[in-house]
Amino acid sequence: MSTERRRERIDRPIKAVTDDIFCLSSMREIAYLVIPRILPIVGLLLLGFLVPTYWRKVIVITFIMGMMALSWDFMASCGLTSLGQALFFAIGAYSSAAVNHYLGLPIYLSIPLGTLIGAIISTACIYPALGLRGIYFSMVTLIIPLMLMRVVETTGILGGTEGITGLTHFPGMFITTTISMAALWATFFGLRRLIDSDYGHIFVALKDNDRAVEASGLSIRWFKVQAIFIGSAICCFCGAFMTHYYMSVGMSAFAVDLSIFPIAASVVGGMGTLAGPLLGAIILGPLSEALRTFGSFRVVIYAALLGTFIVTLPEGLFPYLARKYQQIERWVEAPGGISED
Amino acid sequence: MEYLKIENLRKTFGGVVAVDNVSFDVEQGTLLGIIGPNGSGKTTTVNLITGFLKPDSGKVLFKGRDIAGLRASKITNLGIGRTFQMVKPFYRLPAFKNLVVPLFSPRVKRMGGHYGEKDTLALDILEDIGFERDSAVPYKPASILPHGYLKRLEMARVIALQSELIVFDELYSGLTLAEVASISPMIEKLIETGKTIIMVEHRLKELFKIAHKIVVLDQGKKIAEGSPREIMKQPSVKKAYLGVEL
Repeated sequence: MSTERRRERIDRPIKAVTDDIFCLSSMREIAYLVIPRILPIVGLLLLGFLVPTYWRKVIVITFIMGMMALSWDFMASCGLTSLGQALFFAIGAYSSAAVNHYLGLPIYLSIPLGTLIGAIISTACIYPALGLRGIYFSMVTLIIPLMLMRVVETTGILGGTEGITGLTHFPGMFITTTISMAALWATFFGLRRLIDSDYGHIFVALKDNDRAVEASGLSIRWFKVQAIFIGSAICCFCGAFMTHYYMSVGMSAFAVDLSIFPIAASVVGGMGTLAGPLLGAIILGPLSEALRTFGSFRVVIYAALLGTFIVTLPEGLFPYLARKYQQIERWVEAPGGISED
Repeated sequence: MEYLKIENLRKTFGGVVAVDNVSFDVEQGTLLGIIGPNGSGKTTTVNLITGFLKPDSGKVLFKGRDIAGLRASKITNLGIGRTFQMVKPFYRLPAFKNLVVPLFSPRVKRMGGHYGEKDTLALDILEDIGFERDSAVPYKPASILPHGYLKRLEMARVIALQSELIVFDELYSGLTLAEVASISPMIEKLIETGKTIIMVEHRLKELFKIAHKIVVLDQGKKIAEGSPREIMKQPSVKKAYLGVEL
């Protein structure tokens, strides 16, 4: 006879009464709720402003990649699984570069204009594919950036293979860090607020059952256009920002890496949670940089780590941590355990 | 002028004629039942009327206007609501938030239903349809609701949309007798309030109790039409269902 044991999960005895009102009775309970909300904000502030200059650059890029991941996760939550965030990034990058280089507009105009113009062009590019679902939609988003990249290469427009160089730089590293961090938080809280609002529920519904949305008297095409516009505007900002950060734009803006990273970050962090992709990006960004010392072998290590991670924790890091934090787990003896005879 | 008139509706999928020159009409304030064996084109007919499929030829005249081939959302906004045979709610939303989505439709705005808090409105509708307001049921995620509640949630959507013509596609399938017994009075109440209803149904006994007229389809063709009493006597209907002449 062996005693059967099973793992029991119990919710921690602090419950939010509604979304807005908490019943708290001690400092400990307040800390329990506040710390996980304050920690990431303080952590990123320290990360952004206290690390040495070289790593600061990495952090800025990480913030931008975090926004790309948030954008991907938002679009995926709307049932628009994109394999081509690079398209939006590149369109934003070229738009702001063109505005800055050919029209001579200053940086504080070229980035917003690049974002807006880029989002409009991106939405127009994807519009014909909006009738498609699932893998068919994904394939189109994968194809378009590869195609546009060759268009730039062969026709030589927008600088061709050389790209556009000599663009206006940000005034200083402090401002660069501040803008990128502010944009990251604005994206995160903005998207979260949108998803939680009644209007945002329509986007959630799009993925769950688009036919029922149509039967609710709402045009799914119109709401998909809105979702693409929001998602691509975020990526276009990233593109516009990075263009001015590097002071140049080239065909590398269409690189497949830019499409893959947001997906990897979302999978590692936990899809559909917004906080997850952010966490994933903050882990993967610096990790990729830290592995640089291994030369070309870094890709192998990176891929192996990524693979291991996905296999061992398919739900993603954030849902896993959230569960560990909110629930007590313990082994208990199963009453009347299965007897072996 | 007929309220809803279907004229020579035809739809093919490849070589299969799913709906073959079907014509019938529905009077305002009545309940029309569409029956037929599996694969007889009932759901295709519903999809053609509600805009989820475009007919190859034929007309769907709703209050004199041909609506065949319009977008589904457009038809919904004209006042034709439908439910689906396969219940697929918005899984990630709580039950009552499932109704907030139709409350954003242009039709609800036009009908003035958007005044007041959307959540309260959604909870009111759910309460009428059998979700106990003070219980946890309306607040639970739709993904964990039992089948009976999901069917009611489908019904709740067309009520939220204030549709005047409602098409129920196999509403009773998968429900227990007790659940059917509780839903049937709701349908009769909808007719009393002036709604027109088309029901596609396999549960003939329950349907015949409340239907005013029945249309029988078999292999895409209309083989009989008449009151439930007349239909029950038709030998062709029995043949279509059982495959033998009785």
